[in-house]
Amino acid sequence: MPSLMINNETIEVPDGTMLIDAARQAGVEIPTLCYLEGIQRIGACRVCLVEVEGARTLMTACTTPVTDGMKVKTNSKRVREGRRTVLELLLSEHEGDCQSCVRNDDCELKKLAQLFGIEEVHYKGSKVPRKTDWSTSALVRDPGKCIMCRRCITVCNEIQNVGSLAPQGRGFKMSIGPAFEHPLSDVVCVQCGQCSLVCPVGAISERDQIEKVFEALDDPDKHVVVQTAPAIRAALGECFDYPPGTLVTGKMVSALRRLGFDAVFDTNFAADLTIMEEGNELLTRLKNALQDGKQTALPMFTSCSPGWIKYMEHRHPDMLDNLSTCKSPQQMFGAVAKTFYAEKIGKRPEDICVVSVMPCTAKKFEAQRPEMQASGMADVDVVLTTRELGRMIRRAGIQFQSLPDDTMDSPLGMSSGAADIFANTGGVMEAALRTAYEVITGRTLPFENLHVQPLSGLDGIKEAEVRIEGTQPEWRFLEGVTLKVAVAHALGNAEKLLQRIQSGESEYHFVEVMTCPGGCIGGGGQPRITDNATRLARIEAIYREDEGKRIRKSNENPEILQLYGEFLGQPLGEKSHHLLHTKYVLRNEV
Amino acid sequence: MGNENITACACQEDVPLEELLTRVDPVIEQYRQKPGGLIPALQIVQGIIGYLPEEAIKRIASGFGKSFSEVAGVVGFYSFFSTTPRGRHVIRVCLGTACYVRGAGQVLEAIKRNLQIDVGETTKDRIFSLEVARCFGACGLAPAIMVDEDVHHRVKPSRVGDIFERYRLRRNGGEAVIMAERSAAL
Ligand code: SF4
Ligand code: SF4
Ligand code: SF4
Ligand code: FES
Repeated sequence: MPSLMINNETIEVPDGTMLIDAARQAGVEIPTLCYLEGIQRIGACRVCLVEVEGARTLMTACTTPVTDGMKVKTNSKRVREGRRTVLELLLSEHEGDCQSCVRNDDCELKKLAQLFGIEEVHYKGSKVPRKTDWSTSALVRDPGKCIMCRRCITVCNEIQNVGSLAPQGRGFKMSIGPAFEHPLSDVVCVQCGQCSLVCPVGAISERDQIEKVFEALDDPDKHVVVQTAPAIRAALGECFDYPPGTLVTGKMVSALRRLGFDAVFDTNFAADLTIMEEGNELLTRLKNALQDGKQTALPMFTSCSPGWIKYMEHRHPDMLDNLSTCKSPQQMFGAVAKTFYAEKIGKRPEDICVVSVMPCTAKKFEAQRPEMQASGMADVDVVLTTRELGRMIRRAGIQFQSLPDDTMDSPLGMSSGAADIFANTGGVMEAALRTAYEVITGRTLPFENLHVQPLSGLDGIKEAEVRIEGTQPEWRFLEGVTLKVAVAHALGNAEKLLQRIQSGESEYHFVEVMTCPGGCIGGGGQPRITDNATRLARIEAIYREDEGKRIRKSNENPEILQLYGEFLGQPLGEKSHHLLHTKYVLRNEV
Repeated sequence: MGNENITACACQEDVPLEELLTRVDPVIEQYRQKPGGLIPALQIVQGIIGYLPEEAIKRIASGFGKSFSEVAGVVGFYSFFSTTPRGRHVIRVCLGTACYVRGAGQVLEAIKRNLQIDVGETTKDRIFSLEVARCFGACGLAPAIMVDEDVHHRVKPSRVGDIFERYRLRRNGGEAVIMAERSAAL
């Protein structure tokens, strides 16, 4: 193990450690803009400069490996001046309008400029023209603010396997974006927003719709209801300086009520509904295939994640039949709110405005799909990301930290623990297994604390097998069958899994895919993160929320049973088919 | 890159783009598995079509299993790729040292003004494209420009219009004028 001296302190680090990680181990923070833990170290921004004894020039800590006996200074005059010059050069090429910039609160460039005491920029740089790109429903791009750190490119290409963004042109005219500086809507982009999650500045961000929600709330003729996705409660706190992994469910409900929503409901309710529909769809497909020998597309893929759906529509048109026909929980909620709930309170669908709070930018895209209008009106009217809700609460002057806990309204507000874990990679699968196993055998899923351990955690592709024995009469054909399932998160992993399935290397009955690394807790609309520690903290919080619930299985949620009893009839019935299921379309391949 | 001289051959002038695009597929087939095959494939396709229209780039991207944006980035990075159709005549201005010190910069500016296009662009009537080059061995007679295969020596910024006029004439039976001049010069 090489040892090195950082600012007069000697530490030992494993072989192959980079200076940046060694410094962190020694408790020394080094500024970064292009570095992304575990994903990108390319030495592009040069803000991580340090002084290495014996080296002629300052070195970039993110690309310099530690060698034995190295002596490093991270806070010398030379280092500070070097970093300041780098920052000034970046600022000289940057269209800075911090006052009106969406990143004013959490801009990494601005933070560093302040940290290094930059009061004046001594250079004149050539700026990329702004040409703000409003072409998509989820994201806004402002190339004038781009500092060419390439984080978005790496994430979009390597993590998501989509490749919407690349360097275009060369020299002073270079910019980062879609082919030939076209609007984003002209190229394949799944709207996942992972680029907006890692962008250090205001060059890619969510399309802000806060004012649209305020407008609806101000309209006396509108009955405005809100739903919050399972992942929000484990991340919203970060917008108010709580540490990652703090659950703020109760305060979130209070805040929404104070914002003036007529009813505060839960997407979790619709997650339970999804399990009822999707679980039954799976069982029907299995029955068709295993008992009746009918042609049936297997494995069945989950359909909750709109980025994944769009990806399949662009890239794997031959496998669209494998996607569950279930709408996502967000859309199921909207469809039920504008029919069942509307009838209950004596309103027409057009009098109701459904607002969603989602961890996801792709949900903005999903909500405006023409397929999503079960009541004749859009199922969901406006989608806010977690980041937007955080800003909205602050704009309204609500002191989040001092809010009391409150609970969701009835009849679309109750949920089981199975719904909570929709937020985590592996969670939809676990939730489905909890219910499906019980339907098939009449017994509880035989895993400790109902957690299907092999499906949790941050491995890119996870598998599990569940052997079915002691079936109920209706499900005899499953007696002795080993149910094989798999889980992938991040589309790059999903693509690998798809290839294994297509080549026949792996066979599964049911596959869960979530577009974002870690699942919805790491969604493109969540408070910005660039590390797995935060993802894991949120995942833990979600499991805690699940374990704290009295009801842990979707099929036991009394409000769901009431919905079927009073309105839907049965899963996969006529009404469900019309309201809760959807179709997919073909899209351009490149 | 050895292939920068691949340009469209005039006999294909009237082949419709759709037809040309079908000739892209065998090129993709040939190069998709080869490491580093993207750039030669792009060069050959540019040779077939004369430039790289977006439809061709998309086709190549999908054939190579890459994204449109990535391949567009590659095309934009190398100066020998052109995404606009080339004109009937390609003008190249030498910016080599000798030409440069003898006023090639002013010549280039004059040409841009005269044709109302920038380097890498083609005039609206598709007669001229403008490119820059690095020395075609005419240093003794700098500044030099090339129009297609003809080298023009000691070009004066004020006279560039006259040179181009003769190529414009070509279309209307002006061929003879040029041939006559050429043989006179030999
Ligand atoms: S990106 Fe950062 S530095 Fe640039 S305008 Fe926005 S807040 Fe200011
Ligand atoms: S939203 Fe997703 S797919 Fe689109 S550019 Fe960003 S990372 Fe790529
Ligand atoms: S858009 Fe943002 S993430 Fe992408 S290169 Fe520019 S600054 Fe970096
Ligand atoms: S963080 Fe090291 S060069 Fe950007």
